[in-house]
Amino acid sequence: MADLIPIYYLGKKYMVPEGVTIMGAVEYSGHRLVRGCGCRGGFCGACATVFRVPGNHQIKVGLACQTRVENGMDIAILPYYPAQKVLYNLSAVKDPSQELQKLYPEMYRCLGCSACTKICPQDLPVMDIIAEAQRGNLPAVAELSFDCVMCGLCASRCLAQMVPYNIAMVARRLYAHFNLPRPGYVGARIREIEQGVYDQKIDDLLDKGQEELQKLYAERDIECI
Amino acid sequence: MTYPAHFDATLNLVKETRKFRKTQEIRRLNDAERTGLISGFHPDYRVEGMAGLRIGPNKGDRVPVELARVLEAYSLFDPHLLNLEDPDYVTDILIVGGGGAGCAAALTAAAGGADVLMATKLRLGDANTLMAEGGMCSAVRPEDNPYMHYIDTIGGGHYTNVPELVKALVMDGPEIASWLMSLGVMFDYEPDGSLKVNHCGGHSRKRMLSCKDLTGLELMRVLRDELRDREIPCLEFSPVVDLLLDREGACSGAVLYNMETAQYTTVQAKSVIMASGGIGRLHIRGFPTTNHYGATADGLIAGYRAGAELIHMDSIQYHPTGTVWPEQLLGQLITEVMRGHGAHLVNASGERFINELECRDTCASACIRECSERGNGVTTPTGFEGVWLDTPLIPDIKNHFVGIYQRFKKYDIDIQHEPILVYPTQHYQNGGLRITSQAETSLPGLFAAGEVAGGIQGKNRLAGNSLLDIFVYGRRAARRALEVNGKAAAPGCLSAGHLNRWHGKLNKLGVSEEQRSPLLLPDYTPK
Ligand SMILES: Cc1cc2nc3c(=O)[nH]c(=O)nc-3n(C[C@H](O)[C@H](O)[C@H](O)COP(=O)(O)OP(=O)(O)OC[C@H]3O[C@@H](n4cnc5c(N)ncnc54)[C@H](O)[C@@H]3O)c2cc1C
Ligand code: FES
Repeated sequence: MADLIPIYYLGKKYMVPEGVTIMGAVEYSGHRLVRGCGCRGGFCGACATVFRVPGNHQIKVGLACQTRVENGMDIAILPYYPAQKVLYNLSAVKDPSQELQKLYPEMYRCLGCSACTKICPQDLPVMDIIAEAQRGNLPAVAELSFDCVMCGLCASRCLAQMVPYNIAMVARRLYAHFNLPRPGYVGARIREIEQGVYDQKIDDLLDKGQEELQKLYAERDIECI
Repeated sequence: MTYPAHFDATLNLVKETRKFRKTQEIRRLNDAERTGLISGFHPDYRVEGMAGLRIGPNKGDRVPVELARVLEAYSLFDPHLLNLEDPDYVTDILIVGGGGAGCAAALTAAAGGADVLMATKLRLGDANTLMAEGGMCSAVRPEDNPYMHYIDTIGGGHYTNVPELVKALVMDGPEIASWLMSLGVMFDYEPDGSLKVNHCGGHSRKRMLSCKDLTGLELMRVLRDELRDREIPCLEFSPVVDLLLDREGACSGAVLYNMETAQYTTVQAKSVIMASGGIGRLHIRGFPTTNHYGATADGLIAGYRAGAELIHMDSIQYHPTGTVWPEQLLGQLITEVMRGHGAHLVNASGERFINELECRDTCASACIRECSERGNGVTTPTGFEGVWLDTPLIPDIKNHFVGIYQRFKKYDIDIQHEPILVYPTQHYQNGGLRITSQAETSLPGLFAAGEVAGGIQGKNRLAGNSLLDIFVYGRRAARRALEVNGKAAAPGCLSAGHLNRWHGKLNKLGVSEEQRSPLLLPDYTPK
């Protein structure tokens, strides 16, 4: 059994095993989470957590399911943080590079304080992402923001009160929709299927017995790695 | 954290044998060998831990005891106390679950002009879909075709798949890929502009489309954004706990439970599309799981109590490579794509024991055999066993698998130089509500799509086929519901009579009234 260390969850003291995650510690303390927990694997951003550790004036953050407890840590898992999202219609967009500034003009109020970058639990360069968004550089915003789990911490810290993760969301979709290739063979395959090219071949298999299928399966040729 | 000191000897063996293993050819098993391995070591084949269902449409079928316990259980509420005369919500199509299948169904139904209401357990997008790393299979390349995708899927499923369902899966695949591209999903591409495709277990072609190693996150973010743009209403933290029928016995709505206010509300709908996902958090046979927090089989339970038939519910997918160390990551998935990129499965002595590109049930059984009968596993300080996934064999792993690299880095394990300790983890529910190729369940008015539906993947799902299946059947369910709704008369008065009858049967069997379901969330507080 690991040694027990003290933590403070919402200001109350609990003794929890050393080395467990914040989420594990909170549950060990008897709390059954409803908010603040989604995937338990670092993907969903439901468990954005703010904390302080003794002897340090800084506010720190992490995902509760990914961050280990420290001695004396003072913790709050954020249940929710309000965000603004502007509605848009991707297929009706005329000029993708102008779209971000049209939807989110507040991004030009960025003060360059970098609080968003400092707080991002995914270590994303959030302020740089906003700078690229201001320039309408969709590929850069899309690539730099790809690992965003939309936990909301950047929005909670922004002095200009914008919601960086929603801005990046639009940029990624615009980039994918307008800039990424659409290989012709995908459409060609869809047309083949519509024309019924494969129907007969597959229908012939539908009522084949297991033995025949087994033979086909065993003899199929396998593409090399 | 790093690895405990007593791992040094085996870690050295893994390192020393690496060069030799690279040159080693491990042939694939033939059908007889494969069957022998699986029936000897796959958890599904262990008779203990299974129970025969005593009531309901699948009476007599054997299912894991953890599932039997929640299927043969009372509702969370007293059906007599429901407000059925004056439902809280009235809509055309109720969609249950905010994962990939639910979102695909909602977008398709709304585009078809229906009034749609979604209800989900946690936040919109808190779902297994969001966690998928590897990717989605679709036979789009000229070197590939739906016929081969069909053979691979049905062979991988050991010929237990419902053939019509596989046909729809493989034939809709390319259209789904195209739909997702037009929604603005950032798939990976080669420098020449062709789609990047990965190899993965059981597929004879490279056909897995990916979005780095966060495919599910990217898909889920885009779908969620689009749902909001289309202003489709979604009730969060409001799981469906039972279905409601009309006088003729067709599904006509559901009971929702607000997990924050502890209130029950009722929805009247012309059709219900069940897309509530999987079962991992029931921890079948005590296995850890890769699944999200809300995967507690609720859709199976509500559907079964209302009379919908199940298929293949004796069959659970254990992913061969769940994390064993560090314990904080226990059960979490290490994507199969790592094996596709050349990582070996290696025992404590540094030996390979299976062709790493065999199907999941085969690889999982081989890992279990290594740790049990053959005694070649590595034991952790707290008594878990595992085998090595030799990640240093993968070139440029830090860039290709950023997420996994960083996850281990936090525990001072550098997967560029050290292997990962793995053991099978409960990953996917192969079976589910039986559906037709139009996503209809055996209960009129109830459709099912995604992991909660069964028959498509047979008793063993291939990698990348689930992300495809959720979109194919999510869209099919919506299209069929639109068709049927057009013809259906306005739903009659709601009834919960089936629940009273169900409770009566449980009573006769002597089931304690304490046994209630669904679970909604697992309980990880100390007992
Ligand atoms: C870690 C991981 C990695 C994976 N990787 C891949 C991969 O690379 N490729 C692949 O093809 N497949 C993969 N899979 C499988 C695949 O992701 C899932 O099977 C698939 O996404 C399921 O989609 P779904 O929409 O049916 O269910 P989910 O995405 O799980 O969505 C179900 C939704 O229903 C909600 N819900 C649950 N109960 C209720 C209720 N009572 N009422 C209302 N809502 C409810 C849930 O909270 C959730 O929002 C992976 C799965 C996991 C867990
Ligand atoms: S619970 Fe999903 S990121 Fe922590």
